[in-house]
Amino acid sequence: MISLLWLIPALPLAGFLVLALFGGRFTRQQVAWVGCGSVGTAAFTTALVGWEFFQGFPDHESYHQTLWNWIDTSGLTVGVSWYLDALSLLMVAVITGIGFLIHLYSAEYMAGDEGYARFFAYMNLFVAAMLTLVLADNLLLLYLGWEGVGLCSYLLIGFWYREPEYGTAAQKAFIVTRIGDTAFAIGLFILFTQLKSLSIQQVQSLATEAWPVGSNLATIVAVLFLIGAVGKSAQLPLQVWLPDAMAGPTPVSALIHAATMVTAGVYLIARMHHLFALAPLVQEVIAVIGLATLLLAATSALVQQDIKRVLAYSTMSQIGYMFLALGVGAWSAALFHFLTHSCFKALLFLAAGSVIKSLHHEQNIFWMGGLRRHLPWTFWTFLIGAAAMSGIPLITSGFYSKDWILWSVWSSPLSHRWIWYGALLGAMLTGLYSFRLIFRVFFGEVRTQPTGEPGLAMRVPLVVLAFLALTVGFLEMPHTLGNVTLFSQYLSHALPTMELLPGMDESSETREQLAVTVSALLGIGLAAILFLPGSNFSRRGADLSTGRPLVTLLQSGWGFDRLYDRACVRPWFLLTRNPGELLDRGYEWLTVGAESCHRWMSHTQTGHVRWYAATVVVGTLVLLGLFAM
Amino acid sequence: MILWLLILIPILAAPLAWMGQQWSRNAPRWIAIGTLSVDCLLTLLLLSQDHSVQTSGHGSWLVESHSSWIPRWGISLHLGLDGLSVILILLTAFIGLIAIVASWTEIQSRVGFFHCNVLLALGGVIGVFLAIDLFLFFFFWELMLVPMYLLIAIWGHAHRRSASFKFFLFTQAGSLLLLVAIIALALLHQHTTGRPSFDYADLMELTVTHGMAWWLMLAFLIGFVVKLGAPPFHSWLPDTYTEAPTGASIILAGILAKTGAYGLLRFTIPLFPGVMSEFAPIVMGFGAVGILYGAVLACCQTDIKRLVAYSSISHMGFFLLGAFAGTELALQGAVMQLVAHGLSIGALFMMAGALQERFQTRDMRQMGGLWGMTPRLATMALFFACASLGLPGLANFIGEFLVLFGSYSAQPVLTILASLGMVMAAIYSLGMMQRTFFGQQREIRIASDLSNAAFGTLLLIAVLQIWLGLYPKTVLITTKPVMNMLVQPVVASPNLTHQPSESVSFSTIFTSQVSAP
Repeated sequence: MISLLWLIPALPLAGFLVLALFGGRFTRQQVAWVGCGSVGTAAFTTALVGWEFFQGFPDHESYHQTLWNWIDTSGLTVGVSWYLDALSLLMVAVITGIGFLIHLYSAEYMAGDEGYARFFAYMNLFVAAMLTLVLADNLLLLYLGWEGVGLCSYLLIGFWYREPEYGTAAQKAFIVTRIGDTAFAIGLFILFTQLKSLSIQQVQSLATEAWPVGSNLATIVAVLFLIGAVGKSAQLPLQVWLPDAMAGPTPVSALIHAATMVTAGVYLIARMHHLFALAPLVQEVIAVIGLATLLLAATSALVQQDIKRVLAYSTMSQIGYMFLALGVGAWSAALFHFLTHSCFKALLFLAAGSVIKSLHHEQNIFWMGGLRRHLPWTFWTFLIGAAAMSGIPLITSGFYSKDWILWSVWSSPLSHRWIWYGALLGAMLTGLYSFRLIFRVFFGEVRTQPTGEPGLAMRVPLVVLAFLALTVGFLEMPHTLGNVTLFSQYLSHALPTMELLPGMDESSETREQLAVTVSALLGIGLAAILFLPGSNFSRRGADLSTGRPLVTLLQSGWGFDRLYDRACVRPWFLLTRNPGELLDRGYEWLTVGAESCHRWMSHTQTGHVRWYAATVVVGTLVLLGLFAM
Repeated sequence: MILWLLILIPILAAPLAWMGQQWSRNAPRWIAIGTLSVDCLLTLLLLSQDHSVQTSGHGSWLVESHSSWIPRWGISLHLGLDGLSVILILLTAFIGLIAIVASWTEIQSRVGFFHCNVLLALGGVIGVFLAIDLFLFFFFWELMLVPMYLLIAIWGHAHRRSASFKFFLFTQAGSLLLLVAIIALALLHQHTTGRPSFDYADLMELTVTHGMAWWLMLAFLIGFVVKLGAPPFHSWLPDTYTEAPTGASIILAGILAKTGAYGLLRFTIPLFPGVMSEFAPIVMGFGAVGILYGAVLACCQTDIKRLVAYSSISHMGFFLLGAFAGTELALQGAVMQLVAHGLSIGALFMMAGALQERFQTRDMRQMGGLWGMTPRLATMALFFACASLGLPGLANFIGEFLVLFGSYSAQPVLTILASLGMVMAAIYSLGMMQRTFFGQQREIRIASDLSNAAFGTLLLIAVLQIWLGLYPKTVLITTKPVMNMLVQPVVASPNLTHQPSESVSFSTIFTSQVSAP
């Protein structure tokens, strides 16, 4: 069974090929069957492979499969080969599982669209590329998946190609991430030149042997990889593309810009954790980037007016938590938050899609309201998603994962106390912006009349994801609450466990947990005071979304767009304004010179015999004079 | 004899194609297609046999043909085929086929003469790839020039006169330098051994003084680089590529540029190994500058053909970077880049031509939103835009990445600079897609989508791109021995440049040694 591993990325790829070549001739139903079916069978295959993989535990911690030698020349040997271990199996399960649910949802959501086959073709290609990324056994194949998901992201953001702004957003996403990708590629060049290998496992063991902790080479390579990860995962300073990426259809935002692709950076760092362990400085930078992004994005999410932009900033913020966890060495905690986040954030996006669809593509939350009664399914699932994101204690998965991260930040030897305070503030802000959405969209008076609840194909994914958003947290519960360690035990086969600072006991953990709980509830309470229709503030019409310079700054994502516009985009357009080129001008001068010489010489052709005779005589004399000397 | 067949079939078919015009409008096209298909098949036959014989390289050819021509001056009809030339000949025949399909509807006047010129030019190119007597080489080098000039001057677009002039002047100036250097080499041979020789093997053994080698190397370098179109000798290229008819653009970018690349690999690097190793970093610098310069200018363009032309300059920069890095990996990448770029640029010019035919403009500002109207064309354009921006899984990626991997150890800073070209490639490729196929449709003009033949051809190129992107071994294994030989002299000693041709006995089956002097 486990030898069927290659089928997992091959099935969606086959789906893509079938849809790309024959999609135009299929009926909509056939397209949906192929599109969902390929991902569904991939998910089923994952279950089979995973089952057998578990049987082998703990004797066989990884499984290796080579399909063919991709490149094999002059010292560079790279195979199209897969590597399955606890980490990649987790990623594959999330990608195919949640991917299938989102495909199912799209079958109904996109039903009226003219590019139905094109949509599913791109989505299938995306799943194939993402699976390649996480299953790759070497860095070059990983890079293939890495660029492949970037391309699909570009294609799907610009899916409605008639809108020029969408095209701009798509290009922005691709180019900004490509900057990161290029840094990543340079990292590969250095790594290969130094270690003569690109196999992920081999490179790391070679690096650990060859480079001492904190060595320059390790730091440089780690920084370059980090830039790649930061670009893909929309972290500071390459985060600007993600809010604009919401131009794509909502299922795309759910799958690519929430659940899977944007976490590729987290995967890369976790996958290369031996390398990052050699560069403690870089790890500290990761933690700081994570903290800065999570605060920046959370404050921006607070004042957005577009429901999808709120969710986009919240995604950045939650990935910031994952980076923070990676930075303090809590690898498993980061991956756990990845798992819970992909459940509740996919859920939130899908529920938001349901809202948007029922409101005729209205995305401004100020034109929403009172949808609680009209869209009960959507409301309850959205509420569960928001609760999980804010980390409502005990019953939601988000609580367990976020609590684990904060506890790790508190107790890690690699961390600082101020980072923890920052993360705690972030937890409060998460509650605030999550429930601002709930209160704005689902409470109060109806501003736009909804058309009604979605059908079964959209409702099933919502319910399944809502169930997961509540329950996946029970895979790992802290010592103080139930002490379940299924997840960390499972991942300990692939990732090292974090060491705790001395003196961290249960009582300090309880105190820390209490603080996290209080801050999350504080955020929600604050949201209720500020935004719940009927409350004092709300009645006075005050929201954080209007006027004031600070709000404008926050709304623009702290002005990074303007900064980059001034610093890079405008100079670039200035540089590329003129299609002519200087070098060519140089050659033109040659012809101009030749022509003027010609004109000058032709003046001597007067047609007067006297003039010719005179020049002949003078010329002869000059020549004779030269010879005489 | 098979080598002569490869050259003579297109050259002899050329007048036939001209005459074919009398029979029917399509007769010249079919004659050209048949001719090139035969060449393709013959080359494939040679390629399939190559795998058994792994040795090749300077002086030890897989297939060789030798007969005397002007013995007094040491000139002979000497042809040799190795892993590098077989790949490039296959590329030539294939790109030639693409060019003919691309001209099917565009060329309506003097069809016979057009195809006659195409076949003559291609015959010359194949001769260039096979000749290992430098005099013969120069003969073919010039043979391909004149028909090319005619193709641009007769069938070109609005500014064809000045473009064809510029093309002729630049390449002819380069050729002149080359000719001087070739004659100088032959005379130097006479000076040392008492008899002149234009033969590759003889000249490889020639030891030249350091100062002399510098000048000769420069002449050989510039002569070939002009053809390749690397800055600062590229200025003819955008004008010519833009103004030439589609078929000629495809041949110019897909094949003619490769003759310059081939010359560098076959002659410039191995003939002057000592000087070359000193000068290589400078050439690599020109390569890196070319990548960025071409990419920035590609971003400036509004004319879609000009954009593709500048992207070609950028891509050929990768070739220069890799060819002079002095590592086998980079050299392999450089050859891969030649093949990949030939395929992608051929397809891109074909589509630019299709756009121009449909909308009578190349100005992207007047296009936009064409996806809905011409979905086939748009899909293929998207595919080749991806190839051009170096998407992994396609052939261009293999070329670029092998070059960068191989060059990093030699010139880290230049390699990093060159990598920035990847970002710019994304900017111009996606910008091209956005301005032509996405966005609002400018005006309602009904245009037909690609014909089945054109679509099929593009699909075939796409399949080849994917094939080479996922299984580059097909090319790499054939060229590996040649590239291996190329790095040897630089690494070992400057004197040991020539491997005695003992392996000729290997290939006696294919060898048709008519007579040996």
